[in-house]
Order: sequence, then C-alpha cells, then structure tokens
Amino acid sequence: MSIKRSGEPRYSEITPRRVYLERRKFLASLPGAFLAGRELLSPSARARAAQFGRPVKSPLSVADPPTSLKDITHYNNFYEFTTDKPAVADQAKNFRTSPWTVSVEGLVKQPRKFSMEEILKLAPIEERVSRHRCVEGWSMVAPWAGYSLSVLLRQAQPTEKARYVAFESYFDKSQMPHAAYAGIPFPYVEGLRLDEAMHPLAMLCVGLYGEDLPPQDGAPVRVVVPWKYGFKGIKSIVKVRLVAGQPPTTWNLANSREYGFYSNVNPAVDHPRWSQATEHRLGEFRRRPTLPFNGYGDQVASLYQGMDLRMNF
Amino acid sequence: MRSRWLKAVVFALGLAPLGWMGWRAWNQDLTANPVEYLQHFTGNWALRLIVATLAVTPLRKLLRLPDLIRFRRMIGLFAFFYGCLHFVTYLWLDKDFEVREMLRDVGKRPFIAAGFTALVLMLPLAVTSTTGWIRRLGGKRWQRLHRLIYVSAIAGVVHYYWLVKSDVRLPLLYAGLAGLLLAYRVVVRSRRPARVAGR
Repeated sequence: MSIKRSGEPRYSEITPRRVYLERRKFLASLPGAFLAGRELLSPSARARAAQFGRPVKSPLSVADPPTSLKDITHYNNFYEFTTDKPAVADQAKNFRTSPWTVSVEGLVKQPRKFSMEEILKLAPIEERVSRHRCVEGWSMVAPWAGYSLSVLLRQAQPTEKARYVAFESYFDKSQMPHAAYAGIPFPYVEGLRLDEAMHPLAMLCVGLYGEDLPPQDGAPVRVVVPWKYGFKGIKSIVKVRLVAGQPPTTWNLANSREYGFYSNVNPAVDHPRWSQATEHRLGEFRRRPTLPFNGYGDQVASLYQGMDLRMNF
Repeated sequence: MRSRWLKAVVFALGLAPLGWMGWRAWNQDLTANPVEYLQHFTGNWALRLIVATLAVTPLRKLLRLPDLIRFRRMIGLFAFFYGCLHFVTYLWLDKDFEVREMLRDVGKRPFIAAGFTALVLMLPLAVTSTTGWIRRLGGKRWQRLHRLIYVSAIAGVVHYYWLVKSDVRLPLLYAGLAGLLLAYRVVVRSRRPARVAGR
C-alpha cells in the first residue's frame, strides 16, 4: 500500500520561516559559500520525505521556539559515526535504514519483531516539540514526530516480572568505521525503569520537522526522553528487552562516576568535571539556567518520590 | 633582506587561524554552536603553537637550521595570543565577565585550573620576551624563567585531556608530541656536563 499522498502539500513543502530565512542568508553569502558550501549543502537542503502522513499536534509539546532544522541535523552526538558533532551529518549520510526491524523481547507475553512499516502504523504519528538537554551543557528544541513509547511496549505485553526496559542500537562496523575511536563500547545500550518508559512523555520517535528522522538524528527510529540528558535517548534502535534488573547503559559502563543510570536533567547536581546549572541553547548567545527535569518536573517528578537524586544521578 | 621577508611570512601564518575564524564567522559558518567552536578553535591553536615553540630547539639541532631561533619568540607570542583569545571567549561567553565566578571555577574545576595555570605561566614569558628584558635579566636567568613553558605545555595538554568525554585521540597526540619534545631536552641535558645549562 502506498502511503504517499498527493492532494495536500507535504509538511516538507511548507518551509519553516527560520529555515527559509536561512536559505536567503545562504544565497546572500554565495561568494563565501564556495568554502562554506560543503556544510550548508547537506541533507537539510536535499529533498526529504516522510513515510507517514502529516503529524497531529501533541498536547505534550512545549512552547519554546524550535531550533532550526539545520542546527538539529548538523550538531549531533552519534559516536558510532564520529565524535565530531558537526561532522556526523556527513559521516552518516549513507546509513542504510531500510529494511529495519525492532525486536521487542524478554519478559513479555508477546515477543515480536516489528518492521518499520508496522511501527509507523501502531498509533497516529504526533508532532511533539521537546526540549533536549545534552550532558555537555548545550540544549535545543526539536519538533519530533512519533508517539509514546508505551504504545510499543503494550503491544508486547510486559509480564509482572518486568521492571526495566533495555534498549540496544544498531551497530555495524562496516558502516561505522570510526566507532573504534569513540572510546565507548558498542553496540550502544540504554535503559529505563519500566514506569519511566511507560510515562507518556517517553517517546518512540520516527521523524523530525514532519519528515523521516535523518540518519544523524537516529534514523529510522529512536527513543526521546526529554527530562533526561540527551544520551539517554538512544538512537537507531533494533532491540527492546523487558528485564527484571537494572540493565547496563553505555555511558555508565564507560565512566560510572560521571554518568548514572537515571541521568535526569538536574541543575543542582554537577557533572564531576563541569557545572550543570546553566546551558547554552543553540541559536542563543547567553547561557540560560537549566531547569530541574529539563522543565518537565510537573509531569515526571513524582516518578522519583522518596529517592535521593544526588545518589541516583 | 631574506630574513625580514621570512619573518613576515611567519607572522602572516600566525594570523592565518584568526583569519580563517573571521572568514567562517563572516559566512555564519561557525557550526550550530559558535561559542563552543570558537573556544575549541582558539584553544587548539594555542596548544599547537606551544608545541611548535617547543619544537624549535630540537629542529634547529636535528635539521641543522640554527636560524629557526629567529621565529621562536613570534611563535611563542602567537601561542599566548590564541591562549588569551581562548580565555576571553570563556570569560565572556561562559562567565559573562564575572571574574569572581571565573575564579570560583578555577578553584572548583581541575580542568579549568589546569588551563588557567597554562595561560598564567605564559604571561611573564610574554612580558619578558623583548630583547630589553633579556638584557635586564641576563641570558641565564631569562632562560631559566622561560623554562616555565614546559609547565605550561604540560598543563595545557592536561587541560585538554580532562575536558574531553571519551575520544582522547587528539589530547593524546598533543601529549605525545609535547612529551617527545620534553624528553629530547632531558636526554640532551643528561649527556652534557652538569654545569652547562641546557636549552
């Protein structure tokens, strides 16, 4: 069945104002673009497409103005491809994301492999504008497309023994030749407590700015946990495993003193080497204060009632 | 004549990174995070040039090009220049010129303390880099003072190493180069009679 629709303009054809203003700037700077062009002519300028219809607006969106598509797609931490954030877009541009399946397994009544086509049809695709705060101290606002992660988990019916969810990223040395230098083990693994994963704000994300997720942002399907540091939002997932005990997570394996299992955004708990009190929002000049739970405290703080967040950082 | 011309070339080369930075800024091509880009770019060049000054003496001997000494002061001053730019981007864009906040950072964050040490130690070297100061201090004392650059280089490399998250390739490259150049001095010194000061 063809999912492409022809009648109405695709979301991609309605260029966000910030993006087309940027293109004008680009044209105005054509003499300079001779050198700078390599970076400007990357996927954002190329045709993009969506395998899903126009997303519905989610009530879970925040009001912050979204970061430009160019910035969201040219400043990525995706260590499988390279540790150089502006270079990920280029390194990942030929990443093969089709065919793709996600296996949901472990302590579930219905273990199952989902094809990407099936994932796109499990629930209406919604657009959620979310804050994204990186543990490094920068942040952005992204209009993700997808639905709550709980939709996928419910399909598999977790058993009573399931307490945590373990995620695993795709890893292929031949497509990710620089991974060996990243200094962290692969495949990338992440985890959430089951109640965190079932929270409506935890998202299974398949798109950005109304179109398919670009490779550098975690194509074709990733997890977004907006109240946690960005590295908890695992990209390009192939495995979701329901388990009884707290699963290993990549950055914690690499350095357990600096990166905890929970990694909730918390301005009161510094990274051992740098402060987390403020952040540099992409597109802004001055640093702004970081909010507890990245500003989602009203919705998620209750998940951690009675817990010492300094201990469980 | 030739000497003048060559010095101008080295001077222009020293300014080239600044020019490149300006060009990218003009084209709004400083990545999605210009603050971080400027900080990393200036810090990288400060460190590269510190390593370059350390390389002058070994290269003079190994390549039999004693004239290289004519460029060492300029390279050192450019290292200090990029170090200052690096410091200013931090003080301005991260700390909003709050000097007390900055000093608190230095006391609290080892990687910032290391970088701060590297820069502060270069200050007396920049001040006493003139011929007048060499005369005033006397060659021997001047030379002893300027060995502070060894400490600066180590502190700079440590600053970089402590800053990265997990990919330590570049910090290790700088550490390797600086280590090699410092080891050269240890070896040369150990081979010489004890009373003659090494370079």
